Amino acid sequence: MGATEDRTPRAARSGGWLWLALLALVAALLLSVACGKFPLDVGQIVASLFARLTGSASPLPETAEAVIWNVRLPRVVAGVIVGAALGVAGAAFQGMFRNPLVSPDILGVSAGCGLGASLAILVGASVGTVAAVAFAGGLVAVSLVTWVAAGAREHEPVLVMVLAGVAVSALLGAGISMVKLLADPTVQLPAITFWLLGGLNAVTWADLRYAAPIALVALLPMWLWRWRINLLTLPDDEAAALGTHVAQLRLLVVTAATLMTAAAVAMSGIVGWVGLVVPHVARLVVGPEFGRLLPMSLLCGAVFVVLADTLARTVAPIELPLSVLTSMVGVPVFLWLLGRRRQPG
Amino acid sequence: MSSLLRAEGLAFGYPGRRVGTDLDLDIAQGEVLCLLGPNGCGKSTLFKTLLGLIPALKGRALLAGRALGDYTRREIAHLVAYVPQAQTGTFAYTVEDIVVMGRAARVGLLAAPSRSDRRMASEALRRLGIQHLASRPYTEVSGGERQLALIARALAQEASLLVMDEPTASLDFGNQVRVLNEISSLRQQGISAFLSTHQPDHALRVGDRFALMKSGRLLACGRAPEVMTPQRLAQLYDVSPAEFAKAPHP
Repeated sequence: MGATEDRTPRAARSGGWLWLALLALVAALLLSVACGKFPLDVGQIVASLFARLTGSASPLPETAEAVIWNVRLPRVVAGVIVGAALGVAGAAFQGMFRNPLVSPDILGVSAGCGLGASLAILVGASVGTVAAVAFAGGLVAVSLVTWVAAGAREHEPVLVMVLAGVAVSALLGAGISMVKLLADPTVQLPAITFWLLGGLNAVTWADLRYAAPIALVALLPMWLWRWRINLLTLPDDEAAALGTHVAQLRLLVVTAATLMTAAAVAMSGIVGWVGLVVPHVARLVVGPEFGRLLPMSLLCGAVFVVLADTLARTVAPIELPLSVLTSMVGVPVFLWLLGRRRQPG
Repeated sequence: MSSLLRAEGLAFGYPGRRVGTDLDLDIAQGEVLCLLGPNGCGKSTLFKTLLGLIPALKGRALLAGRALGDYTRREIAHLVAYVPQAQTGTFAYTVEDIVVMGRAARVGLLAAPSRSDRRMASEALRRLGIQHLASRPYTEVSGGERQLALIARALAQEASLLVMDEPTASLDFGNQVRVLNEISSLRQQGISAFLSTHQPDHALRVGDRFALMKSGRLLACGRAPEVMTPQRLAQLYDVSPAEFAKAPHP
């Protein structure tokens, strides 16, 4: 009988989908490195990679090497990190808040990063400092929300967190407007605006040296606790009666999701809709079980951002802001999902 | 008979809002205690207190002879399972996924359920006659089937006592009978139940002893002949004994 087998049909089917998503990611990576003002073909990319891995001399001209290794690859890797982080954080938050309309921004991390970055740009800080202050701003915002929510013991904790997150985000948004008003309109204001729109055009290997380890470290507890995180989708009383320390587990998820989101946003600016739409699509194919949803959201998020960024730098003579593209794709997909009948199985 | 769960002079509720007071209860191993009382009399808050989800305001609750407060969440879950009233759920977990969550207190902190955990979940589904629902989404089965799935989850938890909040409330007649029979058959295997119900006849069908609760206090607690009398039940629900006699009950 099917149900008594170790792997349910759904788990087996999900395995297939995960491999497919991994293939799609590899294809997206190759496509993204190949496309641009200086077109390359896949053979050249593979040859260059092979040469680096084996330590032999690359058969490619120096310009092509520079385009691959200094221009495109850091950007593509950044796309993977941003998409993966937002996808995973979104999936975890939607489960934890028992609400499929929640995005990783819900506790104010993006608004905090935004205010941090705007302030840093206002005082004329270097690119690296802007990212660092943005990261810190995101963490401070979420800590503030968590602290306020912990004080309000009389209410449902999840609801208080959402409300506190919305309120703190609004306050930080007002702060960002204030900074924009004070900013020098010729240099600083455009810099702030572009930062808030999000993009990977300025990413270098140096940025990735910080963002990648933070995102990976934050991913680790999510992966280790992946089965138990499912219990957070139950009402608190039920999860607690099943033997779970709900508050501790929730804090773990908030910390991990905030770290990975802040690391991503500090590097890319605010990239909208990824964290909301990607988990929906992932859930549609592998179901809500977090052990399967996490890798699927990670892969889908990475594919989505890498492809969107490729479009952002190739479709128009000027580079489009990444967030504009992710919204233009993400919102219709989201509306289509809303209108769609829920599928059994 | 040894006492599994015992409340002595218990006052319960929330800080600043006392729901019930002066409550003494005792549930023995293998015993079914039914709790009856009007809506809002504090049944659910009492359950939460006895599950260790909210601290007692006064008095004490003992689980297997030890104060409830001295247990970890995990240890409580080894002894007591909670069967809440089924809600729809937000995400389309399969019924099997939901039942396997009953193993949470038995699997390692970082582990996922093993093959044998999954087997226990399947066995629990089979016992309640809903194995055909295993791979159906929990959000799309009927309310009665969800309630059965939650009972299956409690069975998968392997607890000695099931605390059940109106387990028959949302079920059709056939499922009510199935749930009540299941409670009786668990009792024969030495598993206790503490359940609330609005149906005196359901209580009489499965209960060993009966507790009547009104405004946070026990009116009576004991065996059917002393407790489940028309006079007492009429007093419990604020209806006249004549009206109560008219209502269909055994």
